[in-house]
Amino acid sequence: MAENVLPEHNYLKEPKGLKSWLLTVDHKRIGILYLIGISVAFLLGGVFALLIRLELLSPGATIMTADTYNKLFTLHGTVMIFLFIIPSIPAALGNFVLPLMIGAKDVAFPRLNLLSWYIYVIGTCIALTSIVLGGVDTGWTFYTPYSTQTTTQVISMTFGAFVLGFSSIFTGLNFIVTVHKLRAPGMTWFKMPLMVWALYATAIIQVLATPILGITLVLLILERLFAIGIFDPAMGGDPVLYQHFFWFYSHPAVYIMILPGMGIISELISTFSRKTIFGYRPIAFSSVAIALIGFLVWGHHMFVSGQSEVAAMVFSALTFFVAIPSAIKVFNWLTTLYKGQISFETPMLYALWFLCTFTIGGLTGLFLGTLSVDVHLHDTYFVVAHFHYVMVGGTVMALFGGLHYWWPKMFGRMYNETWGRISAVIIFVGFNLTFFPQFIMGSQGMPRRYFDYVPEYHSMHMASTVGSWVMAVGVIIMLHYLLSSLRKGEIAGNNPWGALSLEWTTTSPPSPHNFDEQPVITHGPHDYDKVIVERTIPPR
Amino acid sequence: MDTTSTMFLPQTGSTVAPGVDALFNFLLYLSAFFFLLITGLAIYFSIRFRRRKGEPARLTPNLTHNTALEIAWIVIPTILVGILFVWGFKGFLKLSVIPKDAMEIKVTGQKWFWSFSYPEGATSINELVVPAGKPIKLLMSSQDVIHSFYVPDFRIKHDVLPNRYSVAWFDAPEPGEHNLFCAEYCGTGHSTMIGKVKVLSEREYDDWLSTSVMSGEGMNPAEFGAKLYVSKTCVTCHSTDGRAMNGPTFQGIFGHEVTLSDGSKVTVDENYIRESVLNPQAKVVMGFQPIMPTFQGLLKDHEIDALIAFIKSLEKKDEESGE
Amino acid sequence: MSDSTTHAAHLQHHFADAEQQRESAKLGMWVFLLTEILLFGGLFCAYTIYRAWYPDMFLNAHKALDVTMGGINTVVLITSSVTMALAIRYMQQDRRKQTIAMLSTTLVLAGVFLVIKYFEYMHKIHLGQLPGKYYTFTGIEGSNPHIFFSVYFLMTGLHGFHVIGGMGAIAWLLAKTRKGQFSSAYYTPIEMVGLYWHLVDMIWIFLFPLLYLIG
Repeated sequence: MAENVLPEHNYLKEPKGLKSWLLTVDHKRIGILYLIGISVAFLLGGVFALLIRLELLSPGATIMTADTYNKLFTLHGTVMIFLFIIPSIPAALGNFVLPLMIGAKDVAFPRLNLLSWYIYVIGTCIALTSIVLGGVDTGWTFYTPYSTQTTTQVISMTFGAFVLGFSSIFTGLNFIVTVHKLRAPGMTWFKMPLMVWALYATAIIQVLATPILGITLVLLILERLFAIGIFDPAMGGDPVLYQHFFWFYSHPAVYIMILPGMGIISELISTFSRKTIFGYRPIAFSSVAIALIGFLVWGHHMFVSGQSEVAAMVFSALTFFVAIPSAIKVFNWLTTLYKGQISFETPMLYALWFLCTFTIGGLTGLFLGTLSVDVHLHDTYFVVAHFHYVMVGGTVMALFGGLHYWWPKMFGRMYNETWGRISAVIIFVGFNLTFFPQFIMGSQGMPRRYFDYVPEYHSMHMASTVGSWVMAVGVIIMLHYLLSSLRKGEIAGNNPWGALSLEWTTTSPPSPHNFDEQPVITHGPHDYDKVIVERTIPPR
Repeated sequence: MDTTSTMFLPQTGSTVAPGVDALFNFLLYLSAFFFLLITGLAIYFSIRFRRRKGEPARLTPNLTHNTALEIAWIVIPTILVGILFVWGFKGFLKLSVIPKDAMEIKVTGQKWFWSFSYPEGATSINELVVPAGKPIKLLMSSQDVIHSFYVPDFRIKHDVLPNRYSVAWFDAPEPGEHNLFCAEYCGTGHSTMIGKVKVLSEREYDDWLSTSVMSGEGMNPAEFGAKLYVSKTCVTCHSTDGRAMNGPTFQGIFGHEVTLSDGSKVTVDENYIRESVLNPQAKVVMGFQPIMPTFQGLLKDHEIDALIAFIKSLEKKDEESGE
Repeated sequence: MSDSTTHAAHLQHHFADAEQQRESAKLGMWVFLLTEILLFGGLFCAYTIYRAWYPDMFLNAHKALDVTMGGINTVVLITSSVTMALAIRYMQQDRRKQTIAMLSTTLVLAGVFLVIKYFEYMHKIHLGQLPGKYYTFTGIEGSNPHIFFSVYFLMTGLHGFHVIGGMGAIAWLLAKTRKGQFSSAYYTPIEMVGLYWHLVDMIWIFLFPLLYLIG
């Protein structure tokens, strides 16, 4: 059923003109606008990472001073976290697919959605201003008293993050109301695709946790401007209180990062093994459970900070508790593969990589939740490796998988499948080469945020740096074939993958109002045991 | 006790290290097991249930639940993490509860070095000297920002806070040398805030204690000063080759006039150097930040004398050609 | 102007019907209020911690606050919540003039609140009872009295900021009501701003005893 032209009425072409894009209230266009934003952020943060790894290729100063290095790791963290990963899946992919998946014409508050994007842009500009004015050197965690004393551009960067927080809150608010109120008739909660459950759980966290970050950053800014003394021990304040406030948001924030990725994995595994999800309700409920329990574990970032042993014990126990729902999901996905009809197109490759690298990330989290072991591992490269395995090996792999999966829906064209697979393999190899050695040097005692290091760690650092180059090559290849597909890609048709969720019943790209008629729900989104829908692109 | 390093862990240097390592290794094997199980099954299922070339799409089985399996994969992980939690907590208590008879050493962290103060009155910088086989209690606080005292071989770490004391302890059974790192980012010199823990036999420790009071015997003052220039960390901020670093170079400054931050001029003589060591903010050279920490209590008079002799000995290369 | 015209004009294209639109607005506003509670929650948390550490100082320092002025402000805000509720009630009955009167009264009362706060603030500035390093007052016993004033200014300042925002929203409602854009068939924005305003009032009802009435 291959076609050779894009559908006439599609959201990319109607309405026309730059102004119609900048004033759009179409969730699909807003998703694309976010996609551009987070891609730029990812590349910027990635360049910072490459520079960091280049400096660490050998001990001593390689290409920069210690001060520059300290700024680079701070900026890498803040750009990647606030400008890239937190908005990435919800705002770029989520905005695009959520209304389509529930059979709605748009999100509940389209104008608020556009405002969210503008707030994102303004926050980004403020953060970039901070960088241009010389950057920050506190680490993305802005721990006091260092952050109240350093002469670098702390206020502009934290103010940028503060503004970005509102973008996240409004997106979350929009998604919650959309999922509650705008589902098509017949789409009950348990007929929603798991991606929607994931976005919903994420939205709960965005709404509840981000205000705390907001107030924390305001307090930090006021501390710097007016020395209000809240975090300054010389004035009766407490620097550890800052850590509590900061992590109360920032731990749930990591679940904002991973939950949408898990939603994508559910979609990919189901579609590409053509099989109904094993354990739909456990996966759905575990998403909400992770969102809620995730609020209770922040102290595991502070086991050696001076908090009491009782507090440490409670946080350790709860940390193990929150690991269980994630493990359940991995087992459920694995079982979904059983007796499926599995194809290995690029999105599926990323889903399989996820199963491997997210598992490592999750298992190493157990090391860090174990109190006595964490004392040794805290603030070493083991932690750096752990969070990169879950954020890159988890979220970014899922993001790349979802991007390739919904690319034909968003743009009406297929990317080059051969290059897709090549690039996926390169990225997988590069990623593991970059970060696995970091586990080893971390448990060997290599501290993090170190500009220089003792010679014992040299070979691990070299391997890690080479890995970063391999990953960069993979990403550049990916960027290239994705962009060139926009002009030259094969026309995709409605349903290139033969998938069963509602977004695939409409045209690729969809019309501005999504569906010509109100969708009628005749089967569940993962019912591959009941329905076969023909693919518009044959399997590779 | 095994003290050699393994692939993941450095040598063990303290009495608690083997216990921590045992739990770490348990975690390692557990993780390896589950990782191989999960990826192994993923690879196996992917190959076994792959779509064959040309095979049309078919309806797949409705496999949505299996009570036995689901109970198993909830109960077993729960039991395993329960074990990890209890074991980890017990180990943590061992690390947190200070033995009663521990010898107390005061640790001060500041940007960017460690200083230690021993009960007998001795002090040292960046080198923590302790007797083997005795529990040592570290009473720690910071002069400025949060630092963290980390000795990987001992498996101990604790944040060092301003205006507050935090405590850690260890017992190193064998003589040896171990790295000491700062593990909480604290600015430019965070990665240079490296020290050593020197574990000495009891006799060697006693010897060290007595000689540390009268250090520098047998060397001429400038030689002793050259040693102190390194061991007391002046080298971190002051060069001897003319380069300006965080602080002015020592090369050729003695006897010359310098301009201070308030515009006034002063000659770099013995008094100026002594004052700058003990009260560094008093006369800061123009163009430099007032960030030098004071060495009051950290340098004895005869050590300051030696440093002055050392600085005197550093002449500008140009002077020899008569510029 | 018939009901159905107002009704149709305000129905946004992506909603199936007016009921769905109204339900969505309500849920959206409740979620937003939840985020506001969390925002203030952080400050209430800081208050709790510092009061637990410096209980005597808090008791001494709070005497610097004028209970009378605070009390008047409490009455003013509660009254403004009543007038706000009445504004909604009147619009439910299509009584536009009364709605405008009630909205205007609410706005005036909010202004009164801010004026009283202005006088309170000026008095403290005059005496040097300011946050952090700007604290120069000497008459309060206890360690670190500037902490109380940091907490006071932070909490009442953030609250005042929300009062100003609320006033902007009410002014916007006034303009739209004057133009006849609301009726008994569609008054959702008035309801939503009303919910927000009640929250602003509620937060003050917690702030007042915690700051002014302890001990």
